[in-house]
Amino acid sequence: MKNILEYLEFSAQNHFDKIAFSDEYHEMTYGQCIECSKKVGTQLLELNTKRKPIAVLMDKNVESLTCFFGVVYSGNFYVVIDSLMPRDRIETIFETLQPVALISDESHKELSQSLHDNVYLYENMMNCEIDEKKLMIVRQSMIDTDPLYALFTSGSTGVPKGAVVSHRNVINYASWYKETFDINEMTQFGSQTPFYFSMSVSDVYSTIIAGATLHIIPKKLFTFPIQLIEYMNKKKINTIYWVPSALCIVANLKVLNYADLKYVDKVLFAGEVMPTKQLNYWIDKLPNAMFANLFGPTETTDICTYYIVDRQFEDDEVLPIGKACQNCDVFLLDENNQEVLDDREGELCVRGSFLALGYYNNEEKTKEAFVQNPLNTSYPEMIYRTGDLVKYNERGELVYITRKDFQIKHMGYRIELGEIEAAVNSLEKIQNCAVIYDEIKDKIVLIYTGKIDDKGIMDGISHKIPHYMYPNVIVKKKVMPYNQNGKIDRKWLKSHYEE
Amino acid sequence: MEELLDILSGLKPGVDFKNEKNLIEDHILDSLDVMNLTVELNDEFDIEITPLDILPENFQSVDAMYALITRLQDEG
Repeated sequence: MKNILEYLEFSAQNHFDKIAFSDEYHEMTYGQCIECSKKVGTQLLELNTKRKPIAVLMDKNVESLTCFFGVVYSGNFYVVIDSLMPRDRIETIFETLQPVALISDESHKELSQSLHDNVYLYENMMNCEIDEKKLMIVRQSMIDTDPLYALFTSGSTGVPKGAVVSHRNVINYASWYKETFDINEMTQFGSQTPFYFSMSVSDVYSTIIAGATLHIIPKKLFTFPIQLIEYMNKKKINTIYWVPSALCIVANLKVLNYADLKYVDKVLFAGEVMPTKQLNYWIDKLPNAMFANLFGPTETTDICTYYIVDRQFEDDEVLPIGKACQNCDVFLLDENNQEVLDDREGELCVRGSFLALGYYNNEEKTKEAFVQNPLNTSYPEMIYRTGDLVKYNERGELVYITRKDFQIKHMGYRIELGEIEAAVNSLEKIQNCAVIYDEIKDKIVLIYTGKIDDKGIMDGISHKIPHYMYPNVIVKKKVMPYNQNGKIDRKWLKSHYEE
Repeated sequence: MEELLDILSGLKPGVDFKNEKNLIEDHILDSLDVMNLTVELNDEFDIEITPLDILPENFQSVDAMYALITRLQDEG
């Protein structure tokens, strides 16, 4: 199969009346999903565009999924926009993306119409009559290297980058995911991550490929964890793939001492380092479940290495990131572009079919990260340089060390500290600022000079960056410390900001 | 009360905790904030807020949190 919709249609043939997706308000069978998606697809055919971006601005619900597939039916690719993202950031993304249309619904109508001239509302599209013949003509012209979606991640200069991912990427990646973690017709996913986040790609597409069911867990339940457990039991959720922050909420509050998870037997996680102490709490409470640590960037569809927990770890030991996924190759390069084969650290590099096509309308950033394999001078072969420094442990497993640059992972989100600095520096009364990350306390720290207070800064940047990028600590200084090169001394600040 | 306000402003700088009455519904405190806050309050006030106490009505405002802390201290 070469198109993700073939998998969806195949599952619909076998499971027409089975629930494919559910959220807080609705359930949708495979049959209904296809029908709604085709309505959206037929409606969008009037755009008469191919392989062009169509943005989707909706809440995380079952309807939004049919809009994604509908865009694909029309021969274009979708871009998920977080409905809570500050307006300025959406506009910045649209400048790069130039979407040909924006899909939304009644509840986001006003915002959407102020962002784009050509808005399609979900409710209206449901009145469209499906044109099977035209949809088939579009399908026949599509190939597996065509883009399926683009996903925007933080950019160091303040401009987010949109990784373009193809059908082939997702088919290869999700097939590995399905095989490795035995996702099958019995699987009841409990989806935690937002659809603008690469981890959700694993949930959604392995569900479709396997004919499984995906339950969208309402975000607010993570604040009130007893309700969360009750919801998961009600939906009979047996498989979760969450960011460690979400797993830590349950562990730190000892929620499973007060309520049992009745069905969960697979606990997968990625997005940031999973603390071993909290993992051990989960293992203690669900001793028969499978636990796995997945690792990778959006640019390799979601993941490139993984480790299935097969031994005990002390609370202060670090979990490895394991080995390369099937049909994906990883290797380490040192600063001279030579391969590292011993136990020295090196930059993790990836080759193979999981590799995204590049960043949309951003040749410069694409060329920095997607490069010719320096170990191969004989024919063109693209690799992706992750910017992650890793090494092999004595068991031959990969272990994550740190980043080469100023990218961090906070609450599972990938954040360039430069994007926060750009937002703060744009405020009129700011003289200068530096944003650092205190790994030990898991806090984003803003240090600044200028005639402005905490509240003024927060009011100012809340229009520019999403809430997960907000600084956790704000320190006002009379003067910024500089190093010998005349740059802000971040290293010194990191250990002295509290003084 | 002052101690509680200190903890809150340490957790989320730039928020007017004295006057905000809908911390949860207005998305000022998210799930991680409530978790971090619970762990910190347990530590600082030597109480045990269990998941059973983590309800919207107990975290909606500073007054609600203060009432929760006082109740748990009395019970303890």
